[in-house]
Amino acid sequence: MIYWQLFLSYLKIGFFGFGGGYPMITLIHNEIVMQREWISQAQLSDIIAISQMTPGPIAINCATYVGFTVTGNIWGSLLATTACVLPPLSLMLILTIFYRKLQNNKYIQAAISWMRPMLVGMIAVAAIMFLNQETFFDWSSYAICIGSFIAVWKKVNPIWVLLISALLGILIY
Amino acid sequence: MRELWNLFSCFFKIGAFTFGSGYAMISLIEREVVDKHCWFEREDFLNHFTLAQSAPGPFSLNAAAFVGFRVKGYWGALVSVLGLVIPSFVIILLIAMYLTDIRDNETVNAAFKALRPCVVALIAVPCIRMFIKMKWPQMIVAVAALGILLVSGISPIYMLLLGALLGVALTYFRKS
Repeated sequence: MIYWQLFLSYLKIGFFGFGGGYPMITLIHNEIVMQREWISQAQLSDIIAISQMTPGPIAINCATYVGFTVTGNIWGSLLATTACVLPPLSLMLILTIFYRKLQNNKYIQAAISWMRPMLVGMIAVAAIMFLNQETFFDWSSYAICIGSFIAVWKKVNPIWVLLISALLGILIY
Repeated sequence: MRELWNLFSCFFKIGAFTFGSGYAMISLIEREVVDKHCWFEREDFLNHFTLAQSAPGPFSLNAAAFVGFRVKGYWGALVSVLGLVIPSFVIILLIAMYLTDIRDNETVNAAFKALRPCVVALIAVPCIRMFIKMKWPQMIVAVAALGILLVSGISPIYMLLLGALLGVALTYFRKS
C-alpha cells in the first residue's frame, strides 16, 4: 500500500530530522531515492533548487512534492506533509512542557553535541552525491558551481545566486 | 479566539515570506514574537530557541510549535504550525502539479541544468563553515561519518543514534 509506505517513510524522516534542512537532504536521499526509489537523484536536486527559491522549509517542500509525484494526487501530498510535521511537532511539545527539567540535562546536551559531527558528515554526503556526470557535464557546470560557492561564501543571498544561475543556464544551454 | 487568529496570521506570514534556511528565520521570528506581539521576553525566547534546535525537524516549525503552545496551549501550537506550513504546501503543490508539463520545455530544462551545480555549492558552504568551527575530535568523527555513509550506504539514522550514544557514554564515564 503506497499511502502507508509514504506515511511511514516521512514519519521516519520527520523523527530523525535533526539539524534542520541540509542534513535532512541525506536522510531524504537515503529513504526516498535509494531505498524506495520513488524519485531520481536529479529530481531531488530539482526539488532542492525549487525549495530554496520558494518560501518554507526544504523538508516540508520536499514532502509535499514527493507525495504528489508518488501518488499523483493531493491526498498523497497532504499525507506526506502531515507525516513529516507530526514527529517534530510532538517532540517539541514534550520539550516545551518539560522545559525546566530538560534545560540543563548534561546527557541530552552531550547527545546533541556529539550528533553535530554526524550531521556535518551527512551534509557532506549530500553535496558529494550530486557530484556526478548528470550534474557536471562540461566545464560550464564547474564554473557555475565554483562561482556560486564563492558568492554564497561571501554571504550573497542564495536566492540571487540561484536566480542568476538559472538565467545563465537559459542563456548558454 | 482572537489570539489564535493572531498566531495563525503571524506564522502564515513567516511561512509565506521567508526563503532559504531556518537560521535566516530566527531574527524574523524574534521580531514578530518578541517585539511586535510581545508573546515572549527576549531572553526567554532565545533560550527556548536553543532548545528547539535540539529537537528534530525544521527550526521554523519547532519555533511555531513552542510559541503557539506557550501562548495558547495545544490549539495554539496546532494553529501556528498550520499557518507556517500552508503557504509552502500550496506553492509546492502547484509546482508539482504543473512542473511535469513544463519540465520538457527547453528553457526550463536549461535553467535546471545550471541550477544543479549551484545546489552543490549551496550545500557545501554551510557544511564547510560548520566543519571549520569544530574541535579536532569532532572533525575526526565527522570525516569518519562521511566515509562510512559513502562506502556502506547505510541509513544516516544509525550515525545519528551512534552520535547520541557516544555523547551519553562520554558524559557517563567522565562522571564516574
